Formats: sequence, structure tokens, C-alpha cells
Amino acid sequence: MELKTPLYDTHVKYGGKIVPFAGYLLPVQYESGVIREHQAVRTGCGLFDVSHMGEITCIGPDALANLNRMMTNDFAGMYDGQARYSPMCHENGGVVDDLIVYKIRDDHYFIVVNAANKDKDFAWMKEHMAGDAVFTDISDTVGQLALQGPRAKEILLKLTDEELLPKKYYSCNPHAKAAEIPCVISKTGYTGEDGYELYMAADRAAEMWEALMEAGKEEGLIPCGLGARDTLRLEAAMPLYGHEMDETVTPFEAGLGFAVKMAKEDFIGKAALAEQKAPKRVRVGLKVTGRGIIREHQPVFAGARQIGMTTSGTHAPQLGYPIAMALVNAEDATTGTAIEAEVRGRRVSAEIVPLPFYKKKK
Amino acid sequence: MNFPKELKYSRSHEWVLYEQGGTVRIGITDYAQKELGDLVFVNLPEEGDPVTAGEALGDVESVKAVSDIYSPVTGTVIEINEELLDAPQKINEDPYGAWFIRVENVTGTEELLDAAAYEAFTKEEKQ
Repeated sequence: MELKTPLYDTHVKYGGKIVPFAGYLLPVQYESGVIREHQAVRTGCGLFDVSHMGEITCIGPDALANLNRMMTNDFAGMYDGQARYSPMCHENGGVVDDLIVYKIRDDHYFIVVNAANKDKDFAWMKEHMAGDAVFTDISDTVGQLALQGPRAKEILLKLTDEELLPKKYYSCNPHAKAAEIPCVISKTGYTGEDGYELYMAADRAAEMWEALMEAGKEEGLIPCGLGARDTLRLEAAMPLYGHEMDETVTPFEAGLGFAVKMAKEDFIGKAALAEQKAPKRVRVGLKVTGRGIIREHQPVFAGARQIGMTTSGTHAPQLGYPIAMALVNAEDATTGTAIEAEVRGRRVSAEIVPLPFYKKKK
Repeated sequence: MNFPKELKYSRSHEWVLYEQGGTVRIGITDYAQKELGDLVFVNLPEEGDPVTAGEALGDVESVKAVSDIYSPVTGTVIEINEELLDAPQKINEDPYGAWFIRVENVTGTEELLDAAAYEAFTKEEKQ
């Protein structure tokens, strides 16, 4: 049976088209439709319910040592409120999950994980923990909203003070307040635009949603569903677990080498990853040059030879043409290479292009 | 939602307009375009291709997914609406104006519903 987020009734009220996703009933879109929701985030602002994401705290004197052993990134030297992205790997280098770690203070970290992997991740962390630290799954008590787009800041400023907002990308204020509701305000997102993610008590999430919708009226704020979340992250070439990576794909193959710190002390998966620094297959971007839309799990060919498989694909609303990401043989991954993907028995031509597909203007 | 009386409807949500001279014009219904969401790609047959009642004549793709469009009639394609290839959003904007194909030599059809029966059918399906 699917679970409901604390905002389920709100989605129904706002005309959300509800679908099951990662064990939750969530809106794939609202009445505006995916394309307008996508454009709202690129040009104005959109509001997403992402309460299905999992939240786990890690508290204790050995918190940092545990995180540094379980994950591939290095969390030493972070300042209070700083956030850092990381894969978490198996011994063989395959990815258990990708996540964000927030440092609240020296002995207290807050970890945000994918909804579909939440139980697996929590079990993994408990199994591999050592020393004096406690992992706690607090997902059911936390609501999460994402306010994304160039006008996010001016909307949020109607509900909070400038000094409570985090200044830097990938940082948070754990002790913020918006619309009189205590919350964590984080300058992060999954859209390729500026914006914020807000974490608050689950039972106040609906109240926060309504306050933001009201505050964003003039700026044209609209609610956005999972459909736009996917097209936005794809244009920005942000990887999605279960697509660009999973237990059979390493962070190097997925293009996440920036978040693997081989110089730090031993961590789970380090030995396997040390042998694969130059991976045999890599993640590339594809721009469709023919007619059709390439989607996930479609074979990619250079002439008659299969060179890989697509991992995600869609029509890119902002760019106006279809795009896809694929894992292909490293020797075939040269930018500009003409390829074909097999789409429902038909070949659709495309070209390997650099990632990201879309980058916001500075 | 709109169910023009002059049209006939299939249970797979295509509409059929009988034209003078025995040809038919085929498109998808207002209900169908709403369910599919923003359409971004259309794949149509070519002039001269045969189509068979109950079999796919082409497909449409929304941002999220691809869906087959079934032919409500058996016959031969005499014209396709090429405008849709470059502007699939017209199907969302004006589903009864944005026809897909015209068919001649119609030798058979699916069981087609009138507007009232189709409207009732969409309400049942929604539940």
C-alpha cells in the first residue's frame, strides 16, 4: 500500500494528478501541466512537495568517522550548516544510494536520502556503524518542500528575514523560521536553478505550503509535480538513483568522481574504486537529432555496434528538443559522435553532447 | 469537457468524423489529451498506408510517456495532418480541430459510440 505525505490532501485540493512513486502517492503534475510547471521554475518559481525523501540523523562523538567510512566524499573540515553531496558505495564500488549530508555541529549530522532507498540505507548505516554514534530515521516526522526558481528568494523573504537565509549554495540554516514555522532552510535543489529546500515538522508542512503559495502569488508561483522535477533535473544533467546509477554502476562511471575522495582514509568501496578510476563506460549526454523521444533502457548504437544503454530521457521543455543520458563505452564517448538509439524497434539518431544540457545564467 | 455531437467515438478515445464522399477524419478526444498531458511528439503513418480497426495507427508522446493511438476504422490513409508533426501541442489546444489522419476505402470500424454514450463511458473509466 502506498503512503501519503503530509501534503496529500493539499495536492488533491490543488488539482494534482496523483500517482504512486517510491511507495508514496504523489502528484505527477497539477493543472498547469508539466511544461508550464517546468517553465515556471526556469523563469519564475515553482513549489514541490518532496516529503517522500528520507531523513536520517547521525549523532555522537564518532559521527564524522562513521560518515567518512560509509561514504565516498570527505566530510572533514565542513562548517556548521554546510551541505555536501556523496554517493554511498558497496565494497564492489556499486552505489547503495546518493545523498546529501548536512553538518549541524561537530557531533550532529543530518542526511537526506532517496525515498525508494530509505529503508535500505538506514539498515546499511546501522549495520556498518561503529563506535559512539547513533543513526535515527526521522523521515516520518519531517516534511520537505522545495521552492525553486530565480524568484524563490524574493518569495521567501516575505516570510522570513534575510539574515535567516543561507547565503552559499550547499549550505543551510538549521535554526530558521518562515511564516512563524521553525524550519531548516537549505540553499539546495534538484532543478538547476537557484532555490531553497525547507525541512519542517511534518504536521506543519501543509501550513508552510499554503503560506508560500500565498506569498508567491505576485511572482506567479505554481505547484509543480514529479513530472517537472524529472525534466528539470534531466536538463541540468543531475543523476537520479535507479537511472544513472545503481548497485551495478560505480560513481566514476556515473560521472560522480568529484564526490569520491580517494586521498582520505579507508572507506567502503575504496579498494574496488581504486582499480576503476578510468572506468570502461561513462555517462554521456545525448541530443536527439532525428525524430522521436529516447527514453530510459534503450540500446545505443554506433553503426551496427551497441555501445551502451540510455539511463533517462525526455523532451526537454526549456531547450525544445529531446535529450537523454546514457552509459556508453569510454572509447565511444567522444563529444560530437553520431549515435542511434533503438526506440520501440525504430532507430532514432542523436549526438553525444557535453553535460549539463542546460546551465542557468550567472 | 467537450463531446461534440457530430462525432463518433471509440472506447480507446479516438474520435471519427464521417465526411462527404465516404472518407473519415480521425483524432483523439478532449478526454484523451487531458489524460495524456502535454504532448511533445507525434508519430503518424504515411499516405497510402493501410490502417486496421483496433490496431495502432501511430503514437503520441507526452513529456512522461509514449501512448499508442488506435485506428477506429479499417481503410487506407489518404492524408496526414503534417502540421501536428511540428506542433503536437495543437492536440492539447484543440483536440477536435487537430485531426491526425484521413482514411478512405473504409471497410470496417470498431464499435463506435455517440457523444452521450462516450461521455458516460469516460465517467465510468474515471472511477
